[in-house]
Amino acid sequence: MEHDYDITLTVNGTAVSRRVPARQHLVDFLRDDLELTGSHAGCEHGVCGACTVRVNGEIVRGCLMLAVQANGCRVDTIEGLSDSKELAGLQKAFHERNALQCGFCTPGMLLAAQDLISKPGKPGTVPTREEIRSHISGNFCRCTGYQAIVDAIEEVIHGKG
Amino acid sequence: MGKAELPLHAPGTKVDRGYIGQSVPRPNAKRLLQGRGAYVDDLRLPRLAHVVFYRSPHAHALIKKIEFENARKLPGVIGIFAGKEISKYCTPWVGVLAHLKGIKSPPQHAVAVDRVCWQGEAVAAVVAETRARAEDALALIEVEWEELPAVIDMEESLAGKRIIHKEFSDNICFHRAHDTGGVDEAFAQADVVVEETFDFGRHTGVCLETRSILADYNAAEHSLTVYHSTQAPHMMQDIFSRHLGIPEASVRVIARDVGGSFGIKVHVYPDEMATAALSVMLRRPVKFVADRLESFATDIHAREHKARVRLACTKQGEILAFELDDLTAIGPYSVYPRTSGIEGNQVVNLTGGPYKHQKYRAKLNVVFTNKNVTCQYRAVGHPIAVAVTEGIVDKAAAKLGMDPAEFRRKNLIADDAYPYTFPSGIKFEKLSHHKCLDLLLEKMKYPELRQEQVQLRKKGIYRGIGLAAMIEVTNPSPAFYGVGGARISAQDGATLRLEPTGMVTVMCSVTEQGQGTEGIFAQIAASAVGVSLDKIKVITGDTGVTPYGGGTWASRGAGTGGEAVLLSGRALRSNMLEIASKILNIDKEELDIQENSVTNKLSQQPLLPLSELGRVAYFRPDTLPMDFQSELTVTRHYTPRQYGFTFTNGIQASLVEVDTETGFVKLLKHWCVEDSGTVINPMLVDEQLRGGVVQGIGAALYEECLYSPEGQLLNGNMADYLVPMSGEMPDIVCAHVETPTMQSQLGAKGVGEAGTAGAPAAVMNAINDALSPFGARVTAMPFTPERVLKALKKI
Repeated sequence: MEHDYDITLTVNGTAVSRRVPARQHLVDFLRDDLELTGSHAGCEHGVCGACTVRVNGEIVRGCLMLAVQANGCRVDTIEGLSDSKELAGLQKAFHERNALQCGFCTPGMLLAAQDLISKPGKPGTVPTREEIRSHISGNFCRCTGYQAIVDAIEEVIHGKG
Repeated sequence: MGKAELPLHAPGTKVDRGYIGQSVPRPNAKRLLQGRGAYVDDLRLPRLAHVVFYRSPHAHALIKKIEFENARKLPGVIGIFAGKEISKYCTPWVGVLAHLKGIKSPPQHAVAVDRVCWQGEAVAAVVAETRARAEDALALIEVEWEELPAVIDMEESLAGKRIIHKEFSDNICFHRAHDTGGVDEAFAQADVVVEETFDFGRHTGVCLETRSILADYNAAEHSLTVYHSTQAPHMMQDIFSRHLGIPEASVRVIARDVGGSFGIKVHVYPDEMATAALSVMLRRPVKFVADRLESFATDIHAREHKARVRLACTKQGEILAFELDDLTAIGPYSVYPRTSGIEGNQVVNLTGGPYKHQKYRAKLNVVFTNKNVTCQYRAVGHPIAVAVTEGIVDKAAAKLGMDPAEFRRKNLIADDAYPYTFPSGIKFEKLSHHKCLDLLLEKMKYPELRQEQVQLRKKGIYRGIGLAAMIEVTNPSPAFYGVGGARISAQDGATLRLEPTGMVTVMCSVTEQGQGTEGIFAQIAASAVGVSLDKIKVITGDTGVTPYGGGTWASRGAGTGGEAVLLSGRALRSNMLEIASKILNIDKEELDIQENSVTNKLSQQPLLPLSELGRVAYFRPDTLPMDFQSELTVTRHYTPRQYGFTFTNGIQASLVEVDTETGFVKLLKHWCVEDSGTVINPMLVDEQLRGGVVQGIGAALYEECLYSPEGQLLNGNMADYLVPMSGEMPDIVCAHVETPTMQSQLGAKGVGEAGTAGAPAAVMNAINDALSPFGARVTAMPFTPERVLKALKKI
């Protein structure tokens, strides 16, 4: 009943080859096969954003993409982006403002926030508070009420992070 | 209790208060920020098996036949078990407590035996080498059912035409009546009587980390280690021990990182008990992680209430009496071990809570239905009590033509009236309603907002301002559960150990789910001992390591666990000074500890680094007097006992704009003034308030578990069940009044639930204020656009 495929991809800068079932989600592959447990499965139908990872530079829901679809791709997760220090500014601002409580949404939230920060917006403008809220509105956080998260992202955008 | 040692209450100086009152970041948040936390599903054990559950598709049915044969043939399946087999390893339980007089509930099994009582109840457990394989096997199980009539509506349940449990003569789980006397007379004398019926939708916690458990039975030792996403490790240790027949000390419950709890993870869940039993049966580790659909169908729900409330007052605006009739439906079982009677009981205790009327009558009926069970979720009963109170108070003020803030000022219990016994029987040590009201009105610039509201109405913009005063149960004594026979600890303990290098390890029985418990324990310990924050390491959530205690619930972590840490820290400091006295040959009374050194108390000159003290005490005790033994590990416990609960108070305000064409409610701003006693970490306290407010907003505007008339959950997924997301949430202004409790040295009261308790009422009153020009009112939460438009008679 299962169809397995060989895939080769780059995860956090390291080439990885595995044989995976066709039905396996990317987030399950990362968590179960590669033991990169920083990306979390929250709802498994693309709503909560806890499984957000980066594939070829774009943030995606790890529960809506199959591992086989990542064949040949570059995948970055919270572990790799922490080690490379790309998220260091956001992580510092989140820490100082307590923009996380239980931390389960945090890896996905950080990737969504970094996506906003790293992509060029309209020339000469920076994202407003409303735009920050809008950009992370696909990431569910049950603990914080979001305000501290918005504050932290805003702080980094304004270069204080 | 006196304040002899004072330091934490002498405001202002760093020396005196140490880290108390400072917004320092939580040390343990760093690992979570890097994705290096350890939630249950992140753990890996050898021979780990995965369990999934076949769940009832029916709300009420007899299991006529279960066929496992095809499922068992699937490669990778380890075993499939029905309720009877599992019941040989796990005894059933009954969710009743002696102090809720007359409460009844039938025995409940880990996996249903013969009959199912709600859609989602586990019927069989499938264990396989992988989760995916276990789910494959689920599809091959065949069950033959005999459907039974289901009781879904709570009024139908109360009427009792159909009885859910045939061993009982009605569907009433718990009934309570309370009467101060004189209520009829008060209503007869009143100039104004207002009445309203409020409806509250069922909703649930939606922890982002779903319920998760990994049970690891060691057959050689007859011991069980359970990695559990739980708020109460010792309570679960006791329960696993008693229901699985394993000696208490051979059961170790470990709660590492917990991805949100909010009361959801403090109850006994049948599938989790089954997982532990399966580990015993199969003699290997077994893991269960609920998926999101299972979470909606089986995590406890809360708050399905219909509450009729009446208020009597004079034409001068003096409230004379409240009358309440509350009906709530809890599903087919009272949840173990806290019972499902507490929420309704709290509504009776708390309704009218901030006000100084003397007459009160209440009736409560808690009934069974064939829906998922309900039980204690963040703020337990408070959102209901606050909404019915504040909703009817606003209605009375409107009828009198009084400003709602002024009406409240007239009726709030005076700040100098304490100690105070409320007509429901609860006692308040010291509250600060008037100070909080004044601060709130100042923060929100109330008169200006009212003026702006008038101006905007002329332009067809309908804004509303809603107030909600409240009281809140925190720091519960054994009166909450222990007196009823529940083996739930109201005491907590903290062990502090000075390490040889001068660091301090803190082990506390209160757990961390993200609130910042470990962070504030570090602040308290560092302040009490006299070391810098970086010298503290906090360990929680392990019955094998920490002292015994209740864990995290009912806003007790800071007030109860924090006090234990403080007492333990002071005892350790005293022991350290004794050793220093021996080493330095200086009288103990002349010494102090500051910033990681023993110092001269008067000159504050450093005399001995703590690393040197540790070195001598641990490695060269031969240099100390023969009759002296140093004690650098100390444990202290604390139980609040003078009051049943240490009540807090606060007041919230919501500013909304209602689109009268679409029915959409836009949240513009929210204010929260709270008196939670000593504030240990202002940033963390504010974040507790904000997170709580947003959960309350969810209840007010979005969240409801919808059931069909047949008892089918219609929206059990995150696409259909709406939760607050960042785009719709307002900024929330927090402010504090500090009235420390005199029951403890620390003076801290709880704050974790205040936001959730008050926000729904504030939002409701704001919407009704916005709708007032149309003579429209909404009273059924959640206030969806459809309900707003119906109130406006537009649909």
